[in-house]
Amino acid sequence: MEGECRASQARSWGLPAGGAGRDSPGGDAPLPGSISSSALLQTEVLDLDEDEDDLEVFSKDASLMDMNSFSPLMPTSPLSMINQVKFEDEPDLKDLFITVDEPESHVTTIETFITYRIITKTSRGEFDSSEFEVRRRYQDFLWLKEKLEEAHPTLIIPPLPEKFIVKGMVERFNDDFIETRRKALHKFLNRIADHPTLTFNEDFKIFLTAEAWEFSSHKKQGPGLLSRMGQSVRAVALSMKGVKSRPEEFMEMNNFIEIFSHKINLIDKISQRIYKEEREYLDEMKEYGPIHILWSASEEDLADTLKSVASCIDECCKATEKRMSGLSEALLPVVHEYVLYSEMLMAVMKRRDQIQAELDSKVEALTSKKADTDLLTEEIGKLEDKVECANNALKADWDRWRQNMQNDIKSAFTNMAEENILYYEQCLATWESFLTSQTDLHLEEASEDKL
Amino acid sequence: MNFLHMTESNFSLKKIEISVSEAEKRTGRNAMNMQETYTAYLIETRSVEHSDGQSVLTDSLWRRYSEFELLRNYLLVYYPHIVVPPLPEKRAEFVWHKLSADNMDPDFVERRRIGLENFLLRLASHPILCRDKIFYLFLTQEGNWKETVNETGFQLKADSRLKALNATFRVKNPDKRFIELKHYSDELQSVISHLLRVRARVADRLYGVYKVHGNYGRVFSEWSAIEKEMGDGLQSAGHHMDVYASSIDDILEDEEHYADQLKEYLFYAEALRAVCRKHELMQYDLEMAAQDLASKKQQCEELATGTVRTFSLKGMTTKLFGQETPEQREARIKMLEEQIKEGEQQLKSKNLEGREFVKNAWADIERFKEQKNHDLKEALISYAVMQISMCKKGIQVWTNAKECFSKM
Repeated sequence: MEGECRASQARSWGLPAGGAGRDSPGGDAPLPGSISSSALLQTEVLDLDEDEDDLEVFSKDASLMDMNSFSPLMPTSPLSMINQVKFEDEPDLKDLFITVDEPESHVTTIETFITYRIITKTSRGEFDSSEFEVRRRYQDFLWLKEKLEEAHPTLIIPPLPEKFIVKGMVERFNDDFIETRRKALHKFLNRIADHPTLTFNEDFKIFLTAEAWEFSSHKKQGPGLLSRMGQSVRAVALSMKGVKSRPEEFMEMNNFIEIFSHKINLIDKISQRIYKEEREYLDEMKEYGPIHILWSASEEDLADTLKSVASCIDECCKATEKRMSGLSEALLPVVHEYVLYSEMLMAVMKRRDQIQAELDSKVEALTSKKADTDLLTEEIGKLEDKVECANNALKADWDRWRQNMQNDIKSAFTNMAEENILYYEQCLATWESFLTSQTDLHLEEASEDKL
Repeated sequence: MNFLHMTESNFSLKKIEISVSEAEKRTGRNAMNMQETYTAYLIETRSVEHSDGQSVLTDSLWRRYSEFELLRNYLLVYYPHIVVPPLPEKRAEFVWHKLSADNMDPDFVERRRIGLENFLLRLASHPILCRDKIFYLFLTQEGNWKETVNETGFQLKADSRLKALNATFRVKNPDKRFIELKHYSDELQSVISHLLRVRARVADRLYGVYKVHGNYGRVFSEWSAIEKEMGDGLQSAGHHMDVYASSIDDILEDEEHYADQLKEYLFYAEALRAVCRKHELMQYDLEMAAQDLASKKQQCEELATGTVRTFSLKGMTTKLFGQETPEQREARIKMLEEQIKEGEQQLKSKNLEGREFVKNAWADIERFKEQKNHDLKEALISYAVMQISMCKKGIQVWTNAKECFSKM
């Protein structure tokens, strides 16, 4: 008789131990064995040059879409609409509406890249018009982010989706990747729009409104790549100093950021893993149902029951698909954005420390009386202002970020719970109706026997 | 537990209950005087007096799996027209990764205990098998039972596999119903195997989904330490994630019982085929006997009339060594006539046997069909009940988790 002794490899469901925190109630997590995080997450980072961010090889024909048609403001999905509403600090006063859509491939002799259409609608006076439509590529978003960071080093700039591709796909840019990126870019711009300070940034305005040629000439201004690199080398050295004299509240903040970053990364991995497991479960279930149909072909009395079971399993498959899509819309992007946010926070912390360090080194120079004391005192005065500004900006933005994070996380997980409840309710209904039909049949047959 | 009336003259009109109540690891020496470890099962028989309904333990003894096998092999030989209930599997098959393939694994032993009990209950509730003496002794006579069985000489009576295979290929006119039955049993075996294989994979995947959620528990707990407002919500939600993750163990254990119910019918397919094989063997035997008779009659006729149409050794030798005398021919005709008479009687009795076999076998097959339809339907319904329970648990856990999340 054929059979299967599956000596399948031991699979672990656990994560590496560690991390501070309260003890979990009810004993330890029942997870056999432990594996290194590399086993849990297979990451393949493809190194790309800076300019190759949006190069791609299409798997299907990409036809140029009609750029002239103006389509009304459309949210990408009902869920993102809800998220947009949650962004707002004061919903009644939102006067800048941005959408990112219509990814399109452009082929030139040198390269191939993707642009996204950005539609802006506004009632603000400083804008020349009330509606704008432009096309931007990933590089342009990067430029914008860097300009914002330059202008506001200690504000928490929203994160951009990754440059590199994780989880080595066969085709470097497939439809899923583009769609995920598009949604993230949409969120990026909207977060900026909702930020009380960043929303009025000049570069932001130009990004949203400038025509292609205007925009590229604007980009060429400002500090070049080399000077930026030079700055960062010096900055690293300085930031070391800044850490030592960090005020108490920023020590706390840094502590939070470190732990938060660790946890949110784990949650990201866990959530991705759940999605993967659900997909594999779905694949097996899709094979499971039809076997009952096959069986029903050789049975008489059992045929109906078997067919019903098959259709129940089918319904559960549909429910699983729905659950998965809910997960990938409501939970995964949010968690992943906060992974990127945690990286951003660490960078902000560093920049704050650098500014502090600049001041401290000048103060040190003053005490050792090595240079011109008058000049130094003047410089120190300016730097003290700078530090105070930076710290206040960060403090205010920190509170705002914490609040947003709480709301976003809360709603993401509430949605996840909701999706699961819905899933189980659907499956329950299916199986209960099967049961009723079988017991009704029973009663029918029993009463027939009595006749 | 099952109730049964035993109306054999040996047994009084009592109800008896049979249970395989315990399993125990033993070590001993085997036939080759080597140390071996095996599991022994305690079989308890209780009789229930009519009047007060109290059950009294009448017999209790220990048997190991190989003795069950011996019993079944005996029954197969002596009741070839019966669809003999199958034993639970010897080795764990259709395992998914969490399940052990080890025969000594306590979960496997437990499921086997239940399977062996089920086997005995099937025997006890079978109208014919329940009266078998050897079965009765199996339940009541611990020592010497093996010798008793072997003394019946059943192994010698068993049809050789080769003979059976030969018959299957060469039989010309088996009863159509048996051909259909064989076909059905092949399909049943194939489809249930497939189902069990995929079910095991589904179970594996489901286990994964649940268990990964358990990781949320630990991370939420750690995260809650740095949060002021969110902390409590995270912490308690994490607890529910742990509950969710651990709930899969019971769920899949229940499902394993469902799988065992299907497995029984997987093995029943082989029992059906055994009955078909016996029919083919008997039918072939009958056809051979008829053929033999026909050829003898032919020979007789030729000798009587002098025409030689068929080849015969005698004819050959006659040609070679000369004609036989009329007396010799007379003798041969007489011998053939006797053989023909014997043959006709044998054919008649074989025919009768064959018809009896078909009648009895078909009666048991009908009984089996009803049992199968009833049992499998119940099994499918119980599967639905399990799914419903799983869904209800899921709804509860996620509702609790949702509440915690919304309080963050």
